[in-house]
Amino acid sequence: MARRFLLPVLELVAVLFLVSLGVFLLLSLVPGDPAVAVLGEGRTPAEYDALREQLGLNDPLLSRYGDWLGGVLHGDLGTSLVPPQTAVADRIASALPVSLELAVLGLVMALALALPLAMWSAYHQGGRADRAISAITFGLLSMPSFLIGLVLIAVLVNSLGIFPRNEWVRPGDGLGANLSHAFLPALTIALMEAAMFTRILRNDLVTTLHEDFILAARARGMSPLRIMVSDALRPSSFSLVTVLGLSIGRLVGSTVIVEYLFALPGMGKLVIDAANQGNYPVVQGAVLVIAVIYVASNTLIDRTYGLLDPRTRRARA
Amino acid sequence: MTTPSVPDLLEVTDLRTVFHTARGDVRAVDGVSFRLAAGETLGLVGESGSGKSVLGRTVMGLISSGPTTTVTGSVRIGGHDVHALKPSARRRLWGPEVAMVFQDPMTSLNPVKRVGTHLTETLRRHLHCSRTEATERAVDLLRQVGIPEPARRLRQYPHELSGGMRQRVVIATALACDPRLLIADEPTTALDVTVQKQILDLLGSLVAERDMAMLLVSHDLGAVAGRTDRVQVMYAGRTVESGATRPVFAAPEHPYTEALLASIPNLAHPPHTVLRAIEGNPPDMARPPLGCRFAPRCGRAAAGCTDELPLLVGVPGSAGVTGREVACHHPVGLSAPLEGNRHGR
Repeated sequence: MARRFLLPVLELVAVLFLVSLGVFLLLSLVPGDPAVAVLGEGRTPAEYDALREQLGLNDPLLSRYGDWLGGVLHGDLGTSLVPPQTAVADRIASALPVSLELAVLGLVMALALALPLAMWSAYHQGGRADRAISAITFGLLSMPSFLIGLVLIAVLVNSLGIFPRNEWVRPGDGLGANLSHAFLPALTIALMEAAMFTRILRNDLVTTLHEDFILAARARGMSPLRIMVSDALRPSSFSLVTVLGLSIGRLVGSTVIVEYLFALPGMGKLVIDAANQGNYPVVQGAVLVIAVIYVASNTLIDRTYGLLDPRTRRARA
Repeated sequence: MTTPSVPDLLEVTDLRTVFHTARGDVRAVDGVSFRLAAGETLGLVGESGSGKSVLGRTVMGLISSGPTTTVTGSVRIGGHDVHALKPSARRRLWGPEVAMVFQDPMTSLNPVKRVGTHLTETLRRHLHCSRTEATERAVDLLRQVGIPEPARRLRQYPHELSGGMRQRVVIATALACDPRLLIADEPTTALDVTVQKQILDLLGSLVAERDMAMLLVSHDLGAVAGRTDRVQVMYAGRTVESGATRPVFAAPEHPYTEALLASIPNLAHPPHTVLRAIEGNPPDMARPPLGCRFAPRCGRAAAGCTDELPLLVGVPGSAGVTGREVACHHPVGLSAPLEGNRHGR
């Protein structure tokens, strides 16, 4: 029992520790002087030096890391250097829900598209539908995401006017308005992810459909749709679930282009803006939060393999 | 021919299964006919690659005409022309009319499905019964195939059961809807020798209890010998000999049957007796040899054998009694060539 629960937790702690160290050291590699970033150009060297001293930038690296980590463990991620000089935690608290909503909505839409397409494709393996779906997904994958976003904006917002172009609305201020605003950026993400999911799941399904137990299910008189959903899908979804876990973490931090296109105040925009301004506490805090989400979602996915395949349950105990 | 009023349960007429592959057309089953009455068991024997498994699947309709396959001839199960039916109508036969026991119980059960689900989904699909009723029937079925603690086994996954137990589960799912015809495709090949006999005995007693017809596909002549009424020997997609099991095995007419029987190790032989294996391999079914397909490996082959394909004809003297038939220009038990088999090709 101790091995089963303690070991993964220790692993998790070790990974998070390394992540925090990496995030912190990364910032010493970033070019530019934070003091210049805060005060602007053209001040006296003494003024810059005073600020550096005040921010603790002249302390040894290790002690700065210790101070920062101590703060992090108490929920204090520091203060933004650039006005408004609010707590980093607050900035993240306002940006994170936007990114999470986008990522979750995008992945749900991607799965809603990918599952039926992959099943249809695998069922007609080598047929016209299969080849058409393969061509479309390949096309989507080789297209940069901003292009998909631009096309969607041009058609659905500018030409047809189906979707609003106003400011981001938080779910608390009206769920309908929030969803109508989130739909297009989520769709942009979904199309890319759906293309990848479809290809992965389709290939695994094709392999599974050649298994004896599929033939046996046919011989029991089960319909093709039922065999696909009830017999083939679960044993074929390991790669998909793995990729899904990676996607959750990746999307939270890397939807920058989509966030810019649709003017969304999410994590990607927060990190990029802060990095451009040399606002290193914000970058550190945001990257750390993204990393934690990444690690957490993958740990969670690891746990679901047992649900997918009963044979792995005993092996992991 | 004394009881013509009862039509046979299974009628296979000139069945051919051709796979269109990149190497050319593979004629896996090439003109096979037979009949099977209720309560009768027929053994289908031959080497690997003789087309017997494909025949079994084509009889059931699991293999049917499609983009890469052409099936001609006809299969009638209980009056239904299997290959003329729409796929959905054919699926309704699979369970209540005909069911199949597969070769490898390690792969023919879904690893992520509980044992019980395999049974209950089949029952609910065909008998439209409630969940509780299906579970009760499933427990009963597992008991019938000799699985102890059936209620507990229902909730287990296939990997938690031994090979023999799994094959019992496979048999239980095949019997779930009381099929009139059971096709057992090498049901013991993947099992331990000690378990093989148990499974064959179980199949035999279940078939007898339910007055089912059974098609037992096997390369194991020992498995077929004591447990079938009739036997049909397959070679390269064609029937080379058929008849009542006992006389065929006691006095084979076709050199291939004789060679198969001779290749079975016999404990009565003195130690270090050389086992008479059949030289060579079955022919490439994309390019079958002209004439008799066994001729290249046959000890009795004569000049005419490679030119003309021998047809299946009744063996004189026994035809009326046992329906003994052989497709050979120079049968083992006869010195003179048979009348009427020189019309092939």
